Amino acid sequence: MSIDLKTIKHISKLSRISVDDQKAEKLANDLNSIFKFIEKLNELKTDKVEPLTSVTETSLKLRSDEVKSKNIREQIVKNSPQDNEDYFVVPKVIE
Amino acid sequence: MSDITKQSLSELVKNIKNKKVSSEEITKEFVNRSEKSKELNAYITEDYSSALDKAKKFDQKPNLDLKLPGIPIAVKDLFCTKDIQTTAGSKILNNFVPTYESTVTQNIWNEGAILLGKLNCDEFAMGSSNETSFFGNVQNPIDKNLVPGGSSGGSASAVAGQLTPITIGTDTGGSIRQPASFTGTVGLKPTYGSCSRYGIVAFASSLDQAGPMAQNVKDCALLQEVISTYDSKDSTSINFKRNEYSKELTNNIKNKKIGIPKEYRVDGMPKEIEDLWQKGINYAKDCGAEIIDISLPHTSYALPTYYIVAPAEASSNLARYDGVKYGFRAKGENLIDMYEKTRSEGFGAEVQRRIMIGTYVLSSGYYDAYYLKAQKVRKLIKNDFDEAYKKVDAILTPSTPSAAFKIGEKKDDPVSMYLNDIFTVPVNLAGLPGISIPAGHDSKGYPLGLQIIGKAFDEQNILNIAYAMEEKINFKNKITDWWIK
Repeated sequence: MSIDLKTIKHISKLSRISVDDQKAEKLANDLNSIFKFIEKLNELKTDKVEPLTSVTETSLKLRSDEVKSKNIREQIVKNSPQDNEDYFVVPKVIE
Repeated sequence: MSDITKQSLSELVKNIKNKKVSSEEITKEFVNRSEKSKELNAYITEDYSSALDKAKKFDQKPNLDLKLPGIPIAVKDLFCTKDIQTTAGSKILNNFVPTYESTVTQNIWNEGAILLGKLNCDEFAMGSSNETSFFGNVQNPIDKNLVPGGSSGGSASAVAGQLTPITIGTDTGGSIRQPASFTGTVGLKPTYGSCSRYGIVAFASSLDQAGPMAQNVKDCALLQEVISTYDSKDSTSINFKRNEYSKELTNNIKNKKIGIPKEYRVDGMPKEIEDLWQKGINYAKDCGAEIIDISLPHTSYALPTYYIVAPAEASSNLARYDGVKYGFRAKGENLIDMYEKTRSEGFGAEVQRRIMIGTYVLSSGYYDAYYLKAQKVRKLIKNDFDEAYKKVDAILTPSTPSAAFKIGEKKDDPVSMYLNDIFTVPVNLAGLPGISIPAGHDSKGYPLGLQIIGKAFDEQNILNIAYAMEEKINFKNKITDWWIK
């Protein structure tokens, strides 16, 4: 299997990372060598193996649905990259 | 008191409890040495003046019943610290100041410790040499232009270079044990669920664990006792009976059964690693342990499995860095353009590579072939350990396939870099505890480590084995202070 430039562009779109042609080429090389290494897993027959989703083998606990942090708006917007007291500001979405 | 920075954590705690030294004196010494050690580039954020203030305050009303009374400690910059910049070694978090504290660091402050600063690491803990950090390479105190390992490279460098008496790192595939091995220090990766992940910048959530990095096993046990607590804020934190690891520490490991997995004798393993391992086996025997040959048949599949599972989880965890709510934002013509430019400019090359791998293996049409396959092989790897632990109490292996390498040596070959973690990754995949202890030197005089892997929740046992072997090995780290002018 080989990952071509078209696939790299597709993954970069899904990852929301812009990639120019030069970077795409480098990524294709790197990913191909990494996937060649990963292909080793195909040596194993795993049809009857259950996938491991958690090493702890305990089910997730439920907690009561209660408000624990109140009036923390200031804290929440504190690290906002664009200053606005009450909201997160993003580029215009609706024309 | 002279040579404060040369003292181990346990000695410092004893001296402060006996009022032979004050927190301020200790803190001053570590601040001074840290300031003289800028060339190591171990710190991302220094918090020295506030540390000195806190030390003075501690001395005014010292609570000497605490476990870390007035002890200054620098921590990996992956732990969120309230009101102190936390970067995860990334440009994308360069201006991020958390409004909350990670549970693990809070546990340390609750026992009287004082924050010295935040330590350099690979970007989002993705790397084995600390070369992926946005804040530059870290130097290994062992030799100039030698990598300290990664991802907890700044932490390892700071402990080995005596800039902090002890530290905490995180370990997703070897990020505590490999740098400990490269710097002649002790590093423990606890059982998954032992230390809370709350407030730790997430990399791969099913693998990440915080753990102590120290000059010796006893210090390591003491810090583990402090940081390991059940925490309802981490849904995978496990409520089990935790030992008082340092108090219960014993070098009596008579008749303990220690397994030697033949599959770790990998092709092309350098002779000095073979020799070190044999030496380790002999030391364990000298301590009265029984050596048993075991098999972990799926060992060679661990790294390929890891390089599906970890990037998949990372691609999902790192989706939050979109330039909207916090962190770096690039200018874009519209929302999507802003996202794409922010992530392209904000993440470094290795992080982008791993997000891409993760996105690919989770994408439509490839999920079963890669991600599901990897989860199944992960099960086989865990089964191997379960089977082995029917016969043995612990497993002894080398920590790494080689000693530390030079900065730049492996940077352009991701697969050869990934091979560094060949002996440590299986432990994360199975959620087990593992400890690396320094055990010898290679022909260049660089440190080499041995790893002891335990059953889940059996930290006490591997700490005891490490403690007993440490005594026999009697390792001396060769620190020449080459970076201090």
